Amino acid sequence: MITIDVDHVALLSRLELTAEEKKIYAGQIRAILEYAGLLEELDTENVPPTAHVLPLRNVFREDRVEDHLPLEKAMQNAPDRDGNYFKVPRLV
Amino acid sequence: MDLLYTPAHELQRGLAARQISAGELCRAVLARIDKLDEKLRAFITVTPELALSQAGEVDRRIAAGEELPPLAGIPVAVKDVICTRGVRTTCASRILHNFVPPYNATVMEKIMARGMVMVGKTNMDEFAMGSSNENSGYYPASNPWDTQRVPGGSSGGSAVAVAAGMAVLALGSDTGGSIRQPASFCGVVGLKPTYGAVSRYGLVAYASSLDQIGPIAGNVADCALLLSAIAGYDPLDSTSAPGERPDYTKSLNQEIRGLKVGVPREYMGEGIDPGVRGVIDGALKVLASLGAEIEEVSLPHSKYAIPAYYLIATAEASSNLARYDGVSYGYRVEDPGDVVDMYMKSRSRGFGAEVKRRIMLGTFALSAGYYDAYYLKALKVRTLIKQDFDRAFEKYDVLICPTTPSTAFRKGEKVDDPLQMYLSDITTISANLAGIPGISVPAGFSGGLPVGMQIMGRPFGEGDLLRVAHAFEQATGHHKRRPEL
Repeated sequence: MITIDVDHVALLSRLELTAEEKKIYAGQIRAILEYAGLLEELDTENVPPTAHVLPLRNVFREDRVEDHLPLEKAMQNAPDRDGNYFKVPRLV
Repeated sequence: MDLLYTPAHELQRGLAARQISAGELCRAVLARIDKLDEKLRAFITVTPELALSQAGEVDRRIAAGEELPPLAGIPVAVKDVICTRGVRTTCASRILHNFVPPYNATVMEKIMARGMVMVGKTNMDEFAMGSSNENSGYYPASNPWDTQRVPGGSSGGSAVAVAAGMAVLALGSDTGGSIRQPASFCGVVGLKPTYGAVSRYGLVAYASSLDQIGPIAGNVADCALLLSAIAGYDPLDSTSAPGERPDYTKSLNQEIRGLKVGVPREYMGEGIDPGVRGVIDGALKVLASLGAEIEEVSLPHSKYAIPAYYLIATAEASSNLARYDGVSYGYRVEDPGDVVDMYMKSRSRGFGAEVKRRIMLGTFALSAGYYDAYYLKALKVRTLIKQDFDRAFEKYDVLICPTTPSTAFRKGEKVDDPLQMYLSDITTISANLAGIPGISVPAGFSGGLPVGMQIMGRPFGEGDLLRVAHAFEQATGHHKRRPEL
């Protein structure tokens, strides 16, 4: 039986849940993880992981300044701004 | 010329011959949206002024004697997960209720350069997470064949738009079946390209190693046309496959004599509705009569695909959705205490339940102490699943199975049991894990509801898919049947 520290996972996810929500999610997630236990049937000791299906590595471009999004456009959806800064509440 | 349900490839001829105008075609589609969408809810944003201005531009160019590219003037609906410059893009989420992208996705640049006419942004499951369009943060969409039933998801709105004649073509996205499954439920054609075939630049990311944008159309030829318009290497997408793409329309009207078809036994057995099985068995007989050689094959790791997917996709999603923090765009809660409070409240109020569930599942799978047992294990199983396909494609040209285990289910039937909802993805999910292409074509009906046949191919084997799909379609004509609206 898998135990999940829902409070911890919610904090990592930056999600705030009601007690009711925590209970529901915990149950549903537990059921899904128990189903995922099926994977333990497989011996994957010598199997390499596939994070990505294409044989692409280190796709770089020249470090050259090209056309970029003008600052005003980048700021246009800002919920709150102060000049060229996105304004947020205090951090500490 | 009768406009409703006329294929794009015929409309093109009509436009070039000046039998119809792009303006007239656009107005007809917009009128259809006006008439039906209050009931079907395929759209989140309809863009009539933009569409009419684009259509007007096409007509001006035709009048000036210009030869226009394929698909010019053709009305298209775009899934609301694709960024459209200056047009609200919500991903069917409250957290992006007011987000207006300052840039176009690469696929949008490509279709706009073709002169296509965008009629609106379509409804979907929030952040592409879902199989029924019931997870939309706005409202659910309805299946045009039976409005008490779901259209499928997550590209529900796009499939509905095409099935109901509210767009000639549509763009969807597919991470675990989100183009193919709604295409199957709605009786239209939907194709998920090989991973890397179509640019993901401007596609709002759900699971970066699984997502692909693809075409939804009323017939295979139109699907090939739209795929040709959107496919291609993109330097703006570092996961874009280099190299040229073929002209997919060359795969139409080809023979399939001698084609080797594998039918995975794991997708034809228990769990598949007998009515659906019957339709697919009938479809395979048609392919055999056209000269295809059909054999059973095994993909032994099939049953591990769903658990592997729901660990990998949710892990990637938990990372991709970390950006929705209320800082620089999207919903921000009013009067937050401090920055962490802002993150917590904005995300908790902005995201729907399914999104929160998947973020937490993914976060857990990646967290310290669990990463090896869950996420890493799933990636190793992914290798085994991919190897099953590699082995199968040594012997077979394509693999065929039902697109979905059942026809469209009723609204509300699976919302309370997320695991049940996930299990309905069994036949589509493996293609995303392996990165291979898959198409769903209308194969018949069961209980009055559409049944889709899925054809899967080798990486970059879209040509084979289209060849088989087109031959089948031309021999059967299921795509011509329309819902009563």
